[in-house]
Amino acid sequence: MENNMNITTAQYNAGIDGKNSSVQATIDGQEVSVPLDPANRHYAEILRQVEAGTLTIADAD
Amino acid sequence: MTRARQNANISPAVGRNMIINGAMNVAQRSSSVAGIGAAAGYFTLDRWLIDTANSAGRLTMSQTADGPNGISANCIKLDCTTADTSIAASEYFLLAQNIEGQNLQRIGKGVAGAKQVTISFYVKASAAFDFVVEFFDSDNSRHCCKLFSTTTDWTRVEFVVPADEDDGSSPFDDDNATSGRLFFWLHAGTTFTGGTLATAWANNTNANRAAGIDSFFSSTDNNFFITGVQMEVGPVATDFEQEEISTTLSKCQRYFQQLGGSYGAFDGMFSGNATGTDLLFVTTNSKITMRAAPTFTLGGGVSNHRYAQGGSDVQPTSIVADQVKLNSFTLKVAHNGQVTSGNAARLFNNGTDGFYNFDAEL
Repeated sequence: MENNMNITTAQYNAGIDGKNSSVQATIDGQEVSVPLDPANRHYAEILRQVEAGTLTIADAD
Repeated sequence: MTRARQNANISPAVGRNMIINGAMNVAQRSSSVAGIGAAAGYFTLDRWLIDTANSAGRLTMSQTADGPNGISANCIKLDCTTADTSIAASEYFLLAQNIEGQNLQRIGKGVAGAKQVTISFYVKASAAFDFVVEFFDSDNSRHCCKLFSTTTDWTRVEFVVPADEDDGSSPFDDDNATSGRLFFWLHAGTTFTGGTLATAWANNTNANRAAGIDSFFSSTDNNFFITGVQMEVGPVATDFEQEEISTTLSKCQRYFQQLGGSYGAFDGMFSGNATGTDLLFVTTNSKITMRAAPTFTLGGGVSNHRYAQGGSDVQPTSIVADQVKLNSFTLKVAHNGQVTSGNAARLFNNGTDGFYNFDAEL
């Protein structure tokens, strides 16, 4: 069994230094900020969907 | 040999339970959520995952003040609110807990000298059902299952899982990722029920995972209750290990922390400073080192939060994570043109509808 997450939006947040610090995403209808940590299950799923070509992370504003 | 003495030779007296929140006493997210079933997730009681796919069945999950006397005053209650009697092959619905590999090293699984494990729990239901409990080794994709029956009274189920040396070179990974999964199969299609239940350790075969179970979603009359869940090394189900609430809460906070919300207004309090006319960066320390960098969710929208810098309390336009780490959480608070660079600042929830969730669950 694996968690199946419905990720509908994804955009990088820029940190105080202007570098990407997290991903602002809508997962299963909820807006969340996801850290760039592969051990985080949401970020792992974002990476998986990006790798599969089903999700694109937009650049930070 | 007395049971107490026998047990003393098998499991430590304290800390033997590898399941967290088995007494169902901690529910930081919510005590009750309705309409569950469309997606997997953590909804109510800490550490307890609803894993589901493809079913039209829906339920309410609650922390309920009911339990076998002397074991726990609380349980998980699952209440079917939408039935699903047309079960497609790929459907499933499970209650689960994922366990870090570094918390399972005591089993010595997958190598010579591997130990038995005993899983026990108290369960009842609105009627007689057969369901399956499964211990799943996700590092090596192996599993072992037991069919159990419910009655309308609390019954303790005991499942002695055989030692599994496997090929002698397949231990659980010693890290912070999921290695073991405890599954309660409550509904499944033929993809998972079409074979013969794997009652001994075997390489995973989906058809052998839930063979023989009934469906929790067969009727909206159905309720399922569970508490006192324990997993320990050895061939004996010892008495359920009682634990102080502070200990259980701390264990749960490795995976999930909430500031504000039901803890009260002004419970979530961050401090920092303005870095320009548009932005504040504010930080608070984690209550306990988290398993991984957590996902941040702002609860209640910005209308339930205020920042202060050099004057009155003001509602920001957005609050997102900046650097959320294992030991500290820094948020980025925006209010275009409204802040003064260099001012000290704080952020807080101004009511119980406002909260800050940090989720590092498996």
